[in-house]
Amino acid sequence: MCSELLAQIVASLVAGDPDATVDGTRQALAAGIEPLAIIDGGLVPGMRIVGEKYSTGEYFLPNLIVSASGMKQAMAILVPELKARRQHLTSSGTVVIGTVRGDIHEIGKSLVATMLAANGFEVHDLGVDVPTDAFVARVKEAGANLVGLSALLTTTMHGQKDVIDALTKAGLRAQVKVMVGGAPVTRKWADDIGADGWAQDAVAAVDLATRLVAHVQQVV
Amino acid sequence: MRPTLRMLSESLVEQIIAEGMALLRDPGVRVHNEEARRLLAEAGADVDAVRLIARIPETIVRQALETTAHEFDLFTLDGRPAVHYGGDEVHFDPGSAALSILDPETNRQRVPLTADFVRLVKLVEQLPQIDAQSTAMVCGDVVPEIGDLYRLYLALNYIRKPIVTGAFRTDTWWTMKEMLVAVAGGEAALAARPIAVFDVCPSPPLLWSDLTCQNLIDCARAGIPAELVSMPLAGATAPVTLAAAVVQHTAECLSGIVIGQLARPGARVVWGGSPAAFDMREGTTPMGDVATWMIDCAYAQVGKRLGLPTHAYLGMSDAKIIDAQCGMESAGGTLLGALAGINMISGAGMMDFESCQSLEKLVIDAEIIGMAKRLVRGIEPRDEPIALSLFRKLGHRADYLAEPHTLKWFRKELYLPSPVIDRATTDGWLRKGATTAAERAAERVGSLVASYQPSPVPPELRAELRAITTRAARKFGMTALPPLPDFERV
Ligand code: B12
Repeated sequence: MCSELLAQIVASLVAGDPDATVDGTRQALAAGIEPLAIIDGGLVPGMRIVGEKYSTGEYFLPNLIVSASGMKQAMAILVPELKARRQHLTSSGTVVIGTVRGDIHEIGKSLVATMLAANGFEVHDLGVDVPTDAFVARVKEAGANLVGLSALLTTTMHGQKDVIDALTKAGLRAQVKVMVGGAPVTRKWADDIGADGWAQDAVAAVDLATRLVAHVQQVV
Repeated sequence: MRPTLRMLSESLVEQIIAEGMALLRDPGVRVHNEEARRLLAEAGADVDAVRLIARIPETIVRQALETTAHEFDLFTLDGRPAVHYGGDEVHFDPGSAALSILDPETNRQRVPLTADFVRLVKLVEQLPQIDAQSTAMVCGDVVPEIGDLYRLYLALNYIRKPIVTGAFRTDTWWTMKEMLVAVAGGEAALAARPIAVFDVCPSPPLLWSDLTCQNLIDCARAGIPAELVSMPLAGATAPVTLAAAVVQHTAECLSGIVIGQLARPGARVVWGGSPAAFDMREGTTPMGDVATWMIDCAYAQVGKRLGLPTHAYLGMSDAKIIDAQCGMESAGGTLLGALAGINMISGAGMMDFESCQSLEKLVIDAEIIGMAKRLVRGIEPRDEPIALSLFRKLGHRADYLAEPHTLKWFRKELYLPSPVIDRATTDGWLRKGATTAAERAAERVGSLVASYQPSPVPPELRAELRAITTRAARKFGMTALPPLPDFERV
């Protein structure tokens, strides 16, 4: 019974049916399965299969994103349950992400945010045209260990440096790793402005984030 | 007969227009520009001042469609009409605002510099197939804050052809206008004989950002044509069904027409765009995709039904080097856009989505454009009867090379390519160095740039342009501009 319900959750993620993922999660809780077991035995293996199918070319971005949304909705149900049991997840990291001031390009930033969330990061997406101070404030508030800055215009790239400088000024620079991206952004630019990493697509961004966070944890 | 491409049935066009109008009422369009919201509210739209949404009734849209310009010309800097926006006339300009240039030496992208931009501008002047210039690259040797206006400054020193441009900020638009006014000889002269058109992009879905909306209003007021570059990205910022993406495009462009007409009735606003079918594997915006081209041709048909001048980004490639993919994608979009009768087709020379310009690709694209222009001139009878008199004369002899009739017509009937296109025998090709198209293109870039003759810009005007640009650069901490190639010493 127990494994059957978990298998249903896995299948719902693979099929890309968020409603079924949510239903399955509720049923599993009702059947007395522990939240951590639902995550480890249902959500994580389901997402892993989806990720593998994407890597082999069988699945495409919509499969990935729709399943990730199912996982996110399921987590919204499970997190309060975990809290009630005084359990907590070992999240991959807490990231504050946004497109810098003056820039309204949204798609790439959101794709990176979604992929980070699907890979277990706690993501605070501040949206687009985000004032420099807003990044700093949210890093403080959320105790983030990672900041992601997107810029698509040569005229707004400098905003990435502004955020890095503001983080330094606020005394937060040692606590966070900063990664940057967007069409005009290069590895050299990232180095020049003192960012910790640069990635050119969402998959590379997840790898980068994972590496950067591991580094933070080592240092701490 | 001009061969034409129709993507949509008449009833589908009607339905798309009706649904586009309906979207403007519900859910409405988000307007992040205060002045536009005020204009819309005054005109009777229902404006939600908190959520910044305007719900625009059809009567306002219909009114705007009455007053908006249905055709207009762009002029050369010496005052001749060169580009006709309207009807099925087709013109081409290079893709705009590239972040990089493909270096022919390394075959890799790098940051464009002043000298690169000037070379590109000279090349465009010398390519007869290309009708207009564009501010095609952003130079890395000036402060980024003047990246947009610096391109226009450089171009105006060298060009005769009209130019497609755009601003990256609201304040820089004014500097760009000041330059255009100086070149045209006054505001009235610029409005009467526009030499430039500004691209303004609504944000998908259904949003006017403060910046682009202000650019649109300022253009309308100054009598400078604006080109709406609506870019539904099917499957990402727009529905994946192509017809629905065209509905979104219709609503975004209609709202642009309305805002332009409220700013100044009669304003010249072009029904344009740069949509893409989102790539579901890489998460990129492919310009070389067949669905991208289909959305372009379909929305152009909608614009034509509304009697409006049209524009599209076509003829680009997503390839990173000049290879088979590059040629295939560039040809596909160019030919379809021409058949769809799109008035201004931007994109020549551009690759890697909309990131990179290549002078060598531009020269190859010019050949594609030459062929596309030939294609849309269609097949005409030329003689009456078409062939009978010739056959009476020649019978079964294959002597047409010797016929005066051939001499009379071959230049009109055939497209005569430059040496970029290889049509030699194998032996001839081997003897000429067994080159690739890209290698031949590189050679042609060199010879065309060398053949460029300076434009007749008087020294006082050159000085004025420099003063305007220097003032703008100073605001951002840059005291001296890079020297102007050919005119100022390095
Ligand atoms: C779509 C688009 C728009 C849309 C955006 C819609 C939206 N809701 O986001 C709209 C219409 C709003 C728009 C507006 C403008 N745009 Co625009 N736009 C584009 C376009 C065609 C595609 C961008 C995109 O979404 N790509 C798909 C996504 C998935 O890719 P991506 O953003 O690159 O993100 C990936 C990576 O970069 C990376 N990444 C991104 N962010 C981050 C962050 C981190 C932390 C990491 C690690 C990685 C990472 O991972 C992402 C996922 O794979 C580009 C062309 C291009 N080559 O990029 C031009 C482009 C960026 N725009 C350009 C311009 C000029 C403008 C305008 C100024 C035009 C105008 N005058 O109106 C305005 C600017 C408005 C403003 N103030 O921001 C120019 C920039 C030129 C320059 N010198 O800076 C470009 C290059 C096009 C061109 N050649 O003209 N644009």
